[in-house]
Parts: sequence; structure tokens; C-alpha cells
Amino acid sequence: MNYHSPASFAEASALAANVDGVTRFLAGGTDVLVQLRADIVTPDTLIDIKMIDGVSDIIQNDDGSWTLGVAVTGAEMTEHAGLSQDWPGVVEAMDLVGSTQVQGRATLTGNLCNGSPAADSVPAMVAAGVTVTVTSADGSREVAVEKVPTGPGRTSLAKGELVSAVNIPARGDNAGDAYLRFIPRTEMDIAVVGVAVSLRLDGDIVTEARVCLGAVAPTVLLVQDCADAINGSTLDDAALDALAVAASAACNPITDKRGTVEFRTDVAGVLAKRAAKIAYARANGETVKGDHA
Amino acid sequence: MALDDRKSDFTFIGTRPDRPDGLDKVTGRAKFGADAVAPGMLFGAIVRSPHAHARIVKIDTSKAEAMKGVKAVVTRADFATGLTGEFWNVQENVMAGDTALYDGHAVAAVAANSALDARDAAKLIEIEYEVLPHVTDVDKAMEADAPVIRDGTADGSVPEGMHPNVVRYHESGHGDVAAGFAAADLVIEDSFKTEATHQGYIEPHACLASLGADGKGELWCTTQGHWYAQKHCAALLGIETSQLRVTASEIGGGFGGKTTVFIEPVALALSRKANRPVKMVMSRSEVLRATGPTSSTSMDVKIGMTKDGTITAAEGVFRLQGGAFPGAPMEFTAMCAFAPYALENVRQVGYDVIANRPKQAAYRAPGSPMAAFAVESVIDLLCQQLDLDPVEVRLKNASKKGTKASYGPRFDDIGLVECLEAARDHPHYSAQLEQGQGRGISCGFWFNHGGETSVSLALSEDGTVQVSVGTPDIGGSRASMALMASETLGIPYENIRVTIADTATLGYNDVSHGSRVTYASGLATIKAAQAAIAEMCKRAAAKWGIPEDAVKWEDGCAVPSGPNAGDFEPLAMADITADMGATGGPISGHFEATPEGAGVSFGVHIVDAQVDPETGKTSIPRYTVIQDAGKAIHPAYVEGQFQGGAAQGIGWALNEEYVYGEDGRLQNAVFLDYRIPVASDLPMIDTVIVEVPNPGHPYGVRGVGETGIVPPLAAIANAVSRAAGVRMFELPMSPPRILAALKADG
Amino acid sequence: MTKIHVTTTVNGDETEFLCDPRETLLDVLRDRLNLTGAKEGCGTGDCGACSVTMEGRLVCSCLVLGAEAEGKDIATVEGIADGDTLHPLQRKFIEHAALQCGICTPGILVAAKSLLEKNPDPSETEVRYWLAGNLCRCTGYDKIIRAVMDAATEMREAS
Repeated sequence: MNYHSPASFAEASALAANVDGVTRFLAGGTDVLVQLRADIVTPDTLIDIKMIDGVSDIIQNDDGSWTLGVAVTGAEMTEHAGLSQDWPGVVEAMDLVGSTQVQGRATLTGNLCNGSPAADSVPAMVAAGVTVTVTSADGSREVAVEKVPTGPGRTSLAKGELVSAVNIPARGDNAGDAYLRFIPRTEMDIAVVGVAVSLRLDGDIVTEARVCLGAVAPTVLLVQDCADAINGSTLDDAALDALAVAASAACNPITDKRGTVEFRTDVAGVLAKRAAKIAYARANGETVKGDHA
Repeated sequence: MALDDRKSDFTFIGTRPDRPDGLDKVTGRAKFGADAVAPGMLFGAIVRSPHAHARIVKIDTSKAEAMKGVKAVVTRADFATGLTGEFWNVQENVMAGDTALYDGHAVAAVAANSALDARDAAKLIEIEYEVLPHVTDVDKAMEADAPVIRDGTADGSVPEGMHPNVVRYHESGHGDVAAGFAAADLVIEDSFKTEATHQGYIEPHACLASLGADGKGELWCTTQGHWYAQKHCAALLGIETSQLRVTASEIGGGFGGKTTVFIEPVALALSRKANRPVKMVMSRSEVLRATGPTSSTSMDVKIGMTKDGTITAAEGVFRLQGGAFPGAPMEFTAMCAFAPYALENVRQVGYDVIANRPKQAAYRAPGSPMAAFAVESVIDLLCQQLDLDPVEVRLKNASKKGTKASYGPRFDDIGLVECLEAARDHPHYSAQLEQGQGRGISCGFWFNHGGETSVSLALSEDGTVQVSVGTPDIGGSRASMALMASETLGIPYENIRVTIADTATLGYNDVSHGSRVTYASGLATIKAAQAAIAEMCKRAAAKWGIPEDAVKWEDGCAVPSGPNAGDFEPLAMADITADMGATGGPISGHFEATPEGAGVSFGVHIVDAQVDPETGKTSIPRYTVIQDAGKAIHPAYVEGQFQGGAAQGIGWALNEEYVYGEDGRLQNAVFLDYRIPVASDLPMIDTVIVEVPNPGHPYGVRGVGETGIVPPLAAIANAVSRAAGVRMFELPMSPPRILAALKADG
Repeated sequence: MTKIHVTTTVNGDETEFLCDPRETLLDVLRDRLNLTGAKEGCGTGDCGACSVTMEGRLVCSCLVLGAEAEGKDIATVEGIADGDTLHPLQRKFIEHAALQCGICTPGILVAAKSLLEKNPDPSETEVRYWLAGNLCRCTGYDKIIRAVMDAATEMREAS
């Protein structure tokens, strides 16, 4: 394995484009090193992107949107008051990944590019409408987060391409998001089901809802039926029940060591309701604690 | 031992001094299994079978041997031949012979200049397998069409007509169970299953081995029993036992799982071949795939009760799967099952079943927690249906002194009634439950154990004392030994240093298991101290010119035994040791025996469970452990044993399990998916130490390590079942299982 | 075999080493720098026994490459005590019997120290969640939590 720590994204992508074998980018390393240690993936080329300028920056742009460097850790996000205020669901979703120790290293970009359908931050980013900037020798393009994973362990990024920034939209007024996941313990597990909801209120009426499910299909699912179930409602019981039905109906899970098809399908509906209520309360200006203590 | 030297008023025992190894353990300088180095050391790695059951057709080691930095490759051909009995089974497990018997079974090993080189070289060893049919479930392994795993393993106890995978059989009990069931107002019979769990010690197996062609060797390893390691490694390598010196490292948890050997004989074989020291450290995945989990079980329990709560008869059938080797502790399961209760009619049957899984190893009260799960669940069902209080029913039937135990003998002084009364009177038992919560209780029983024990105690000239014991200190036992020595000698705790001696410097010691250390090594320490005291009294008598029996030992001094003995100033210990060289030579005491008075132990747990009816997720808001310790030597570490047992039981009850795929491979061989409780999963765990002295120990000690894991599975099952309103018959009670049970219940 | 030359600071001492690119910071600390206080319990970031801080941030050293330590400031359990004066957490762990086998203790001490530097007055729940990545199989965590809370109280009173 060759280890590189380039000083720019251009250099990083050129490196990646011109080597044979397996290449991995190293941000927080909390997946890459596990796979290396367990002999699941031993890259021929490992490109550490943390020496690149600006990768640890959290910047709020003039329009209220956010640009996060690709090496920004979960801990740095949680500690950022402004970001937590705007996008509590995204921040909490990232915060749910692993332990305090893992939070000191893990990144949104790594969580995304690892390609796990159970990645906690990905449904939250999708619900929030987050995009990533993808850089290669040909320049940069902006890609919606939901277009990045293509299946377990796979992404749409081509050889020589890498994520160079995470772009979170401006939150705007009367809006809130939330992410809940189910795990058997209180911490340290991979999501058995994850649900993210982002919405805006017009008075007490839900608008612009986006609902994304994790760990219930080969990739995260942005479910329009779920959004339709609550858009235009006051999130009354009927809307919540319709949301739950739509969430369960969208599931296409597997039975594995972490849960059964039936369990994932049922709990997706349960969590969709609970997450929607939190997002709704947040849009109403209430401070609601998420899943984490 | 004369019981009239039993003490009850203590100076040092019952206090909570700092443990002697505390400083080393909070500064990082304590040396655990993987912390040793040797000049010229190589690193070993093992190649393991990816198949649950496969004939090993061919092993090609040529590419690995040709790799730069590789110094030795070993296979089964490098070990002794002609072994029988448990030596044979251990050898078969340590390195596969003709057949790989489970996913993770060792097949070959390599030693190289670095750990990375060794891992790379292991990948170059080419093994051709012929995959065979496999079975991993206990019930399926007993079915007529199950693949036969190791034909001819069964012993003479197995009834005619059983599948060859049933390798041992146990039956015990007394009375007439049919008549007892006929006399009952209500008889409940149910079936239960528990999945295998792992001890989950945080320190993986690790060792540093050195063995020469002259048959002389040194082994450093993390183990609960270095004499056991010595004996087995010597047998597997074909060397003389005494030529192998084994030193126990600080041990990072064992819970029974480090009572056997895995990598140690392999490291020795590699070392002998390379003529260099070899270090081996297991990965977590190797620990989970290839070291001993518990048995999985399938159990049927039937209990009859009258309306007033009297148990009229009890019967249990316990099938334990213990991996591809005989030894699942089914007789313990059977014998512990009904031990808490005074029963006129009781019968218990056990089956030891082999399957394509790793060889089970002891795990804290091996076999007993599963039995308690089944038995105490049925008792809880009886209580619910007859509308009886669970503690009162248990009190009504509780075993007492003189009760003929379900497994045969009559009990001596025991503390079950005291534990149940403490439970009944504990504020937890009467506290109001919140919405969605249920409360469960359970009794638990463990035999406890004595075992071969040697202790040596030497006095220094300054009047301080060094004690050498042979039982590795897993949870603070050096503090307990020092307390008992200090109590006996009448000198301060700080004046005593306790060392875990290696196999070359002390007589044989059984493993640190069976909750035996504080009992047996403690007893031996007291006896060794008493021997030293006798010698010091003799020196004082000589100095004073009076008979030896005219001197007694009081508060760390030799004093005349009474006015008639003469009028002499007390001789402090340091006064005697200061010139011991001139008064007869060095003074020491030692004791070697196999003490038989371990004293059984009972406990009662109370637990509240909260179940989320929409997801099946359980939380544990409150937990109380009540257990008879006989006499708590260092109460803080007794509490720690209670709390640790409860925590492990919570994991077993709720989320820990071995998950095998259709292919017979273990699916969850990482801590991410083998889910032991984390700090945020647990409440504070309240403890009550009951002290009903064990007549078999000078200070009344009963072992406390194991009983604490017996009640939790049942207590939590009872709490969850009451909270969810649906009875749980299978462990772990993971959210998918609870949600499925809730849905099936409508 | 190409090794990487790394210059780093460990417990205040500038240190150099050569490492294979695949070696973790934990491997380097234990096998090259002879700092065996950090333990490997899992190698996958699930047990926390290898906890250290890097640039003041709590991490699992098994999930950091040795090469990534270049120019960084690393602190391990060996650096917690000040000479022969134990840190309050170390004293409280002994006093409360907050360890049985002691294998998880170095990682938990590093993690708890990191918590108290960030939050001098944590609630029990905050301590439990902060330490959720530090597995202990012996104690049931009860005495560990009490020791951390007690150390926090003492440190607050002393400051």
C-alpha cells in the first residue's frame, strides 16, 4: 500500500486517475482503516486528503447556505452552534455515527462514500437536499447526495473523481429537520432502520417535506409518497398514519444479522412518524432533543 | 480445619483498601498478554477455515515458506501424536487434523519478522477443502438426518438410538414426579431456547512463546490457569511438563474463556521450528470465531404447583450444543436448574450435543444461567396464573440447611432465604412501576469450587510478608489475599505483597475458575500464614525459654499464652524476623491441598424493564443484585462481581448472540455486531451483600464471581414478559423477537 | 519495503519513527515506541481500549494510521500523571474500585479526561454516552461512572 498526502484536490484526483489497483481516499478513516485491518479492502493507493487547505472549514455563505470541508468531523459539526441551529437533523445524524472517539475523526463525506445503505448521515443529507462537489481532472460538478451511492459499497464516482466539498442549502424560515434511527443498544450500533424528515411550515401546514429512509434497501430511499402523505397536512394523526404506511410500503429490506424484513418494514413506519413530529416541532421553533442524550 | 478457629470479629477484612496493582493499572504500565517482548521475537499468524465443516484435502505451504521474512510454518504434523481424552480434543481444536470442524478452525500457522509479514504470509498458504454438510443448531443436530460430525465421540452414557451427535447424557433427581404433577393444581410445561454468547473479555488471547529443540520452553500468556496451560501445551508439543515454565500475564478478563489454550501451543510449535521467540495475538474476529462461546440450548421445563404456591414436582430436559467437541456443561445445567427449591419430586435430564461451532468454553457459572431462564420463567408463569407473589412463592419453596438438593447432597448453611427476604424488604421490590414497565425476579444458584491449591508465604527481615499464589488475579484477588493474610498475621495490609507465581516457583494450582480464588487461595493463604505464625511462636518460645504451646499470637505479636506462661514483653513480628537467620533460619509458611468446603452460593435479582411496544426495544431503568457472599473480604470487589455479572446477564438476555448464516459461517464476529452492553445501556446496579458464613472457610468466604450471572436472564425475561404482556421463550430478547411476539399476540 | 518517516510529539516529547503505511498509530505506539498502555481490544474502533488524543481530540488509535501522526500532538495514558502525582481520575479509579481486570482502564481514563476538559460538570447520562465507545466487560460500568463523577467534583472544587 502506498500512502500519499497531496496538497490539493487537483493533485489528489490526478494521483487517483493515474494509479492502477484499488484506490481509497482517507478522510476520517473510520471505515477505511477498519476494512484495511479486517482484510476486507487493502488499497494499493491510499490518498490522505487532510493536508489540503480548507478541508476542515465550516463556512456559512452569504445566502445562508453552508459549505463543509470534506475532513470536517462529526465532533466539529456538533460543536458548531450555527450549523446545529440550522440543521439539527443533519448534525444529529452525523453525531449518531459511532462513539465519541469515532466522532473525532468521522466525516460526512466518508460516511457517504463508504456506500453503506445504513449510513446515518446520508438519509439526513438527502432529506436536507445536500449536494457534494465532485472534483476531477475535468473540473468540478455538483451532485445530489442521493445520486452518489449506487449500491452497498458502491458509488457513482468515477476513477479520478473525489468529493471536494459538502454543500448544505440555506435553512430558511419555519423549517426543521430530524433524523431517527433504530438500534438495539443505545449507542455504537449500525442503523437497523433510519428515517430523516425535513419540512417547512406555512402556518401550521406542512410544505416542502422530504422523507428519506436508510437501511431498508440497497441504497437510501427518498420517498415521494411519504412526502405526499404529510405535505398539506397539519401532521394530524391521519397524515402520520399515512406517512407510516408510505414509509413501510417503500421498504425493500433484507433479513440479516441486524434485523428482519418484517422488523425493518414495521419500524420504518414507526420512526417516520416520530421523526416527522420532531421536524414539525422544530419548524415551529421548538427546541427538541434528538435521539442522542 | 477446626471450625473453632472461625473468626467473626475482623480488623482488616471487610475494609476497602486500594488494590495492590492499582497504580500499575491506572498508569498503563501493567503488563498484559500482548505487552511482552523478547529479543529476536517473531510474530505468528493463523490460517483459519472459512468452512463450517470440510475435509482438509491438501495444505500447500511452499509460497508462504518462500516469502522473505517468513521463519516457520506449522500444521498439525508439527504437534505430538497419540493423544487421547481431553488432550486430544484440545489438540483437535487448537489445530485441525483431517477435518475443519467450524468456521474459524485453525488449519496452519506462520511466523515471520513482523506482524504484517505474518499476516501476508498466512494468505499465501493454500488449502484445498472438500466441503461437507454442516449443522449449527442444537435441535437440528439431534435430528435423524443431521450430518454426523465426529462419529464415535459418544460415551457410554448415551442411551441407545440417539443420533451420534449426542455424545453424553445425564439424568438425576429423586421422588416420583408423575405423582407430584398429579398432586398439583396447575402444571405448566414450556420450551425455551438460548443462543450462544461469548465471554467478551476485552483483552484478546495473546502469548509470547519460546521453545528450543532441547524441549525446554518459556511461555508468557494471558490465562486463568497457567498450570493448565503448562500441562496442555507440554502434552500437545510432546515435551515434559516441568520443562515448560509458564508465566501468567496480567489478564484482561476471562470469565471462564481463558481456562483453556488456543494459540499458546501453536506459538510454541512455531518457536521450536524457527528457534526464535514467537508472539501471537488474536484479532477480535478470531476471538469470536474460534474461542469458546457458551453452549446454545434447547430446554423443556415442567413444574406443578398447588394454589398456595407449593411446588409439587419439577422436571427438565436440557439439550446443550457445545461445538464440535464433547464437554457442553449439560450436567451443570441439569443439576443447577432446580437447586434453589426444596422439592420432593424432581427429575432432570441433560444431553451434550456436538455441532459445527467452536468448542464451547466455560462462561461464568457454566450452564446454570440457561437453566434458570427456563425454570424461573415457568415459575413466573405459575405465579401469574395463580395470582401469587413471586418472592413469596420462592420463599415458600426455598432450599434451606438440611434440604436434599435437587442434584443429590443435603445443603449445609446457605443464604437463599436471607436473600429472598432481603429482596422482599428492598425498596426496589415495592417501588411503583411506570407505564410500560414490568418487574421480574429470579433466584440463581452455583456450586462454587475448591480445586488444587498451593500458596507460599515468606517473611522478610523487616517483618513484611510476600505471598505467592498460583491463581491469576482477574478482578482484584491480590487485594483479598493481602487482606486475609493481614487479618491472620495481625499486620497492616500494606506490609503484604501478593504475587502471582509462575509454574516454576510454586506447586500446582487449578485454574482461576469456579469462583474458587478467594475461597481456596484465600484459605491456603490463611493456612500458610498460620504455619508461619506457628514457627514465629516457636522462635519466641525458644527466646523466652518456655514451651511452644505457652506462646500465642495476638495482634501481630507473640505473647505468653497466659499468666502461668511467664511474664514477657510481646515480641512483634519484625522483632522475630529481624534475627530469624540466627534463631533457626528463614521463616515461611506454605499450604497445599484440594479444599472441599467451597460452600454453594445463591442470589436473587430484581429488575425493571421498559419495553417500547412499537419497536420491541427494551431498556433497564432499575436493577438490584442480592447475593450471599458468606463473608465479603473486600466489599467493593464483591459488589463489582455482582454488578459485572448482572451487566453480562443483561447483554445475554437482550442482545448478545452468535448469528450463523446458512453457510455455517459466523455473521457477527466483531464488537460492532456482537453487542455487549455499553455504558449508556445500563443503570447503576444496586447491590446487597448477604453474609451467611460458609462453614468450609475459616473466615466464612463463599465464592461470589459466578452466581451473579445466573439470575439475570430469567429476571429480565420475567420483567420483559410482564412489561410487554407477552411471554418470551427465546434469548436474546432482541427487538425483532419482541416485536414479532407482540404482533403474534395481536 | 518502503517505510514512512514520521516526526510527532507524544506526551510532550518529540519523537521520530519509521512505519509501514499499513501500521496504525496504535501499532506504532505499542510496537515502535514501547508505549503499551493503549490496548488493542478490537482493531475496529468498537471498544475504545486504544483511546488516545490527537491534537486534543479523543480518537481510537487503531483507526489512525501511524503516518497520520506527522506533526501532530499525541497524548496517551502514560502522560496522564504528573510525575509521581496521579491525576484525580487515576486516584478515583483506584479508590472506587472502578477497575477489575484493568484492560479497559487506560482507554477509559484517556476518554474521561477528555470529557472533563470539555465539560467539567457532566451529568451521569452525559458520562455514560461519552464513554459508550469504551467497552468494559467486568464492572457493569457502575463504579466507573461514580469514579468519573467524583473526580469531576473534586476537580471543580479544586479549581
